[in-house]
Amino acid sequence: MRRIAFIAPVLIFLIIAGALAFGLGRDPKILPSMLIGKPLPAFNLPDVRTGTGGKGLASSNFTGEPALLNVFASWCASCRIEHPFLMRLSREGVPIHGLNWRDKGDAGARWLDRFGDPYDRVGYDPTGRTGIDLGVTGAPETFVIDRHGTVRYRHVGPIDAQVWTETLAPLMQQLRAEP
Amino acid sequence: MSAEIGHFALILALVVALIQSVVTFWGASRADSALMGVGRAAALLQLIFVALAFGCLAWGYATLDFSVELVARHSHTTQPLAYRLAATWGSHEGSMVLWVLILALHGAALSVFGNSLRATFLSRVLGVQGLLGAAFLGFSLLTSNPFARLFPTPLEGTELNPLLQDPGLISHPPLLYLGYVGFSVAFAFAVAALIEGRVDAAWARWVRPWVLAAWTALTLGIALGSHWAYYELGWGGWWFWDPVENASLMPWLMGTALLHSAQVLEKRGALISWTLLLAILTFSLSLIGTFLVRSGVLNSVHAFAVDPARGAYVLAFCVIATGSALTLYAWRAPGMRTGAMFAPLSKEAGVTLNNLILAVVTFVVFIGTFFPVFYELMTGGAITVGPPYFNLIFVPLFSLLLCLVGFGPLLHWKRDRVRQVLARLRWPLGLAAVALIAGTAAFGLAKILAAFGFALGVWLIAAGALLLVRRWDIGQRPAEVTWRLVRTTPVAIWAVALAHTGLGVTTVGVTAMAGFESSKVLRMGQGDQVEFAGRTLVLQSLAPVTGPNYQADRAVFAIVQGRGPATLISERRFYPSSRNQTTEAAIGPSLIGNLYISVGELDESGKAVIRLWSHPFVGWIWGGAVLMALGGLVSLSDRRLRLGAPQPSKRRIPDPVMPVPEAAE
Repeated sequence: MRRIAFIAPVLIFLIIAGALAFGLGRDPKILPSMLIGKPLPAFNLPDVRTGTGGKGLASSNFTGEPALLNVFASWCASCRIEHPFLMRLSREGVPIHGLNWRDKGDAGARWLDRFGDPYDRVGYDPTGRTGIDLGVTGAPETFVIDRHGTVRYRHVGPIDAQVWTETLAPLMQQLRAEP
Repeated sequence: MSAEIGHFALILALVVALIQSVVTFWGASRADSALMGVGRAAALLQLIFVALAFGCLAWGYATLDFSVELVARHSHTTQPLAYRLAATWGSHEGSMVLWVLILALHGAALSVFGNSLRATFLSRVLGVQGLLGAAFLGFSLLTSNPFARLFPTPLEGTELNPLLQDPGLISHPPLLYLGYVGFSVAFAFAVAALIEGRVDAAWARWVRPWVLAAWTALTLGIALGSHWAYYELGWGGWWFWDPVENASLMPWLMGTALLHSAQVLEKRGALISWTLLLAILTFSLSLIGTFLVRSGVLNSVHAFAVDPARGAYVLAFCVIATGSALTLYAWRAPGMRTGAMFAPLSKEAGVTLNNLILAVVTFVVFIGTFFPVFYELMTGGAITVGPPYFNLIFVPLFSLLLCLVGFGPLLHWKRDRVRQVLARLRWPLGLAAVALIAGTAAFGLAKILAAFGFALGVWLIAAGALLLVRRWDIGQRPAEVTWRLVRTTPVAIWAVALAHTGLGVTTVGVTAMAGFESSKVLRMGQGDQVEFAGRTLVLQSLAPVTGPNYQADRAVFAIVQGRGPATLISERRFYPSSRNQTTEAAIGPSLIGNLYISVGELDESGKAVIRLWSHPFVGWIWGGAVLMALGGLVSLSDRRLRLGAPQPSKRRIPDPVMPVPEAAE
């Protein structure tokens, strides 16, 4: 009986270590979104280049083909890191819409002019209201929307080649195959 | 070139560490003094190589050698030299080099000052230290090489995170690591004792200074981190139950338990296997803390870059180190001599209870910290455990402990009587009761918990002071005798009085912050006036300014009526090269509370959102921690004299002033 008291610490430790080993494979940055499997919340935003009569961005634009909705801002350093990869995707013909989130004045428009515009349409959300509806916690963040306007996936943080090839590209392919 | 020298030095240090552990274990098992001597020399050599590597890295930062990737990622030409040097340990890779450096320092110190230990025992301790060193050097070299070159060489680096460019944070990591790594000595001592199958009072006398030093450094490190969070994060919180904070709190709690049980082992020869277990667990919790910060298992505000490969390495290391130590414990500890017996009411029993509560509290923090992982394992869902859980479980348990702390030092060894104990402590008990009643009357029944918190603080401070009062026999003897008693007060009494009083001071601060914090938010422009917490403040100016490597909106307040400094300056800084924003809060500190102001973003009309806080007694939180650390330092000064005298025969030399055996090294 007394012996068990001495063996208990190592047993308890091994169980905990096992749980931690499991935890290792987990990325704390994956945040499940409440919106997954639900239609995009309705919004109708003016174009980021205010006053130029641009197309703007509305939730109704996400029908017909699967697309990405990328949340960005000029003040966001990670967006700057992500940007060249979005340009590459855009050249490859992946439809990406942008949500210029909580940017002041024409900062977002100038940012796009300076570094290039990978987006089909860019909505302007200076107050962050649409961001709240989408449950955005920070920029950059990317939603995958299917052809019926339903949110299928949410990625927090910059998209890079690894995220794209391992997660997003297969998902987009699958969505394109769906009716 | 210096990066290559540093890299090579690190590789050599790894080789030396491996040689050190092989030679010492082999030498100890054959009782071969030549081999053991080589092991001791290896510990010194390891320190030299690691120090060289650390120096090379620091040199890279000092000279802004952007061809070293680490330097390019964490320093910038506009960054002041002090922060460039501090950036040496501001990154994951650099902090590992610092970790190894401190570990090597401990190993070398053991090797140099270990003369009075049994040679085989010292050898085994150095062997365990060598293995730990090799594991961390391997970690550094295999998964996070600090000396990787960058090609092409950038012209400019990325700045160290501005939040970290702060005097408090320069010394925070070294102090924490002194604590974490210091516990490795206790771990090595425990493992060596288990291998040899014997533990005695000398063992405890030897291990206590190391535990004390580690505990003192960790106490200061945690306090510094908490204070930094308070003034730097811009909203005046001082503890967030963030996983990384918990990672440093858990070894502290366990280390506190170890400190007390090692004392019982030294003085009474009791709690032997329990002390060994605590020594192993304290260091394991330090390792798990390292794992937590670097693995990305849990999301945290201060986490380093997430890299599963690093996490896997540290976890494997944790499992091997802790797992084998605990297996050794399960195998050897039952066969060891059981300790002396003691009555249910005695100092030994008091320390046992203290240890049990500290162990449970540590477990509570552990569960709270890792619950998201366990929860996902069981249900697949994600969950976060926030302050409500900790407040609900940690606070009551810890309050119970605080109730007991006052009794501990005044209990007699072996056995004691309830009535005598209560009689001895009548003054602190009476004062605490008065504080509870007065507090309840003053704040009302709704705040009875706050009154209880203050009463606890009063109880601890009074019980701490009573230790000195009893020793000095105040009022009972002529002044001259009392003065002599004051001067000859044993260091141990000072230490306990300081540490326990410090705990009381912290308790007062925490209670005041929890119960009586107030704040106000409003939009202000230049010349606007506000009444807050018994003061009248005027916003004198609100304008942009430029600093060495940042731009800022600066708000200057004047206190026109009420307590506090004449002007208070709050800034909202923007660091262009790293595109980071920080808030430099304006703090009007005083003994009974701080005024804390942070400024929000300037809007088009030149006004800004201003947030004012009143933080009553907040300084006491860290002041108490400093007192605790001071207690640790005082106790260490005592230990050093006795450090080299583990053999009872030598202690009969009737000259307590001369630190004889230590001088012989």
